Amino acid sequence: MATQPAAAIETRDLSISFGGHVAVNAVSCAFHAGTLTAIVGPNGAGKTTYFNLISGQLRATAGRVLFKGADITALAPSRRARAGLGRAFQLTNLFPNLSVHENVRLAVQSRLGRGLDLLRTWTRHSALIEEADDIIRQVGLSARRTLRARLLPHGDQRKLEVAILLALRPEVFLFDEPTAGMSVDEVPVILDLIHAIKGNRDRTIILVEHKMDVVSSLADRIVVLHNGELVADGDPASVMALPIVQEAYLGAANV
Amino acid sequence: MSILRAILSGDPPRGRPLALVLTAIFVGLAFAPLLFPGIGALNVAAKICYFVVLAASYDLLLGYTGVVSFAHTMFFGIGGYGAGLALYDLGPSWSSILIGTGAALLVAIALALVIGLFSLRVRAIFFAMITLAVANAFSILASQLSSFTGGEDGCTFRLPELLRPGFRLVAGPFAISGRLISYYLVFFAALILFLLMLRIVNSPFGRVLQAIRENEFRAEALGYRTMVYRSIGNCLAAAAAALAGVLSALWLRYTGPAVTLSFDIMLDILLMVVIGGMGTLYGAVIGATIFVLAETYLQSLMAALNHATEGLPLLPLLFHPDRWLLWLGVLFVLSVYFFPAGIVGGLQKRR
Repeated sequence: MATQPAAAIETRDLSISFGGHVAVNAVSCAFHAGTLTAIVGPNGAGKTTYFNLISGQLRATAGRVLFKGADITALAPSRRARAGLGRAFQLTNLFPNLSVHENVRLAVQSRLGRGLDLLRTWTRHSALIEEADDIIRQVGLSARRTLRARLLPHGDQRKLEVAILLALRPEVFLFDEPTAGMSVDEVPVILDLIHAIKGNRDRTIILVEHKMDVVSSLADRIVVLHNGELVADGDPASVMALPIVQEAYLGAANV
Repeated sequence: MSILRAILSGDPPRGRPLALVLTAIFVGLAFAPLLFPGIGALNVAAKICYFVVLAASYDLLLGYTGVVSFAHTMFFGIGGYGAGLALYDLGPSWSSILIGTGAALLVAIALALVIGLFSLRVRAIFFAMITLAVANAFSILASQLSSFTGGEDGCTFRLPELLRPGFRLVAGPFAISGRLISYYLVFFAALILFLLMLRIVNSPFGRVLQAIRENEFRAEALGYRTMVYRSIGNCLAAAAAALAGVLSALWLRYTGPAVTLSFDIMLDILLMVVIGGMGTLYGAVIGATIFVLAETYLQSLMAALNHATEGLPLLPLLFHPDRWLLWLGVLFVLSVYFFPAGIVGGLQKRR
């Protein structure tokens, strides 16, 4: 064991370019266990692209991604997910014709490595069923557990997205605007859940969020991306006070 | 009821109309020799049995995993040729059947694995094209290697004594013929294979296949190696198709390109699955039954109608038995129009 524990996630000079456009430019940043970091920045700043590089949906053109000190830059998304990197997507990304319960159960099943059981019906796996039900209860979707995911209202689809992430029990949670498009009264359910995860000190949460009240109530630290570059990094109060943030992120429309 | 539920893997047909239709098909096939006397009717019943297996195994790919393959008749043919050539070359014994079946399974699974590893990674359309090319090459190979396969003529072989038409288990009025034993061999093998596939689609593994069909990107993000799951699904479907081919060979006592490898059969299976309903194995049962019945009896039905409408203007021409393919086409267009989700989709209750 090293004296200084390795960061849960660290990126070193991480870059990706599409054609001539550099979407993420040499971002170096470490995220430690037990912390919640909010990534903010204007639209097109490269926040989601940065997430895609961390969770493996995109391959970096330069730089490295380290997970607990190990280089995972070349690993497929499925390998990263099994290692403990969980991702909730910004654009709702579900199994539309499967039920709420099946969506969550598939995540539990992946974590427990039961996907290759061919000869027993899923109904015999009561541990999977109960755990999925438990998570569905936590996000408040119990009444809709047999409904197909595509028939859910938008806010409930966001809750399901979070439920799937909870079911993976990752060490690192990547939330990409978890409350986007939710009505005001639905937001607290999600925030409470993120709070609860944060209470568990060996978890790392990285959050992309636009709503400043959400960011200031949850984050220990704010990282600002602008035009693909990391322009500010620090505790919420000092980062929000920086002129570059006022200019780049908040601009005229101060939320 | 709970035993029945367990046999059906917790996935009984939803809705009374669907349950009734399926029960009718099951009873009809189980008691076919009593209900529909005559060798012609028994041929139709046996054909339905092995086509149910073939269509269901295709639905495993098309409906459950969302993979479009045109090589399914190739695997059917591998089964047919495996059993047929073993019986022809090694003599009419049970061990020949076992050896032929085992060899066919090995070849089918190995070939499915190779095709899958080379092409499942690429886009769906390329996979479809590659399966088409491989199936075509296999079909040509089977016709060209005539010293081994019998070429275009195929090969006729004899079965173990128990299964021969001339065999009688008991003499007298209640004779059990070898033909009857053959039929029940085909029927029970098809039933077991169908229930096994129903089990697979309702297992945790089956749900992963559906998840891949629904959203491959997300399945990967959950930690599933989608390539591995699709390859296994591909191999299972190929194995089931090969076993359906073995059953067809045992029933027909013949194997040849026209009855196992032709592209027409590929289209037939596709229609069976689409008409019955994709993504539900019960759809394959209904699709295969309707298709085989229509193919067999539409012509005689039209002959009767042609006869009945004699003297009327135009109608006899319309119902001329030679026009049966036209009517088959009309039937399919109507069924797809009225049941876009297949007959099962139309019959069962919506979730």
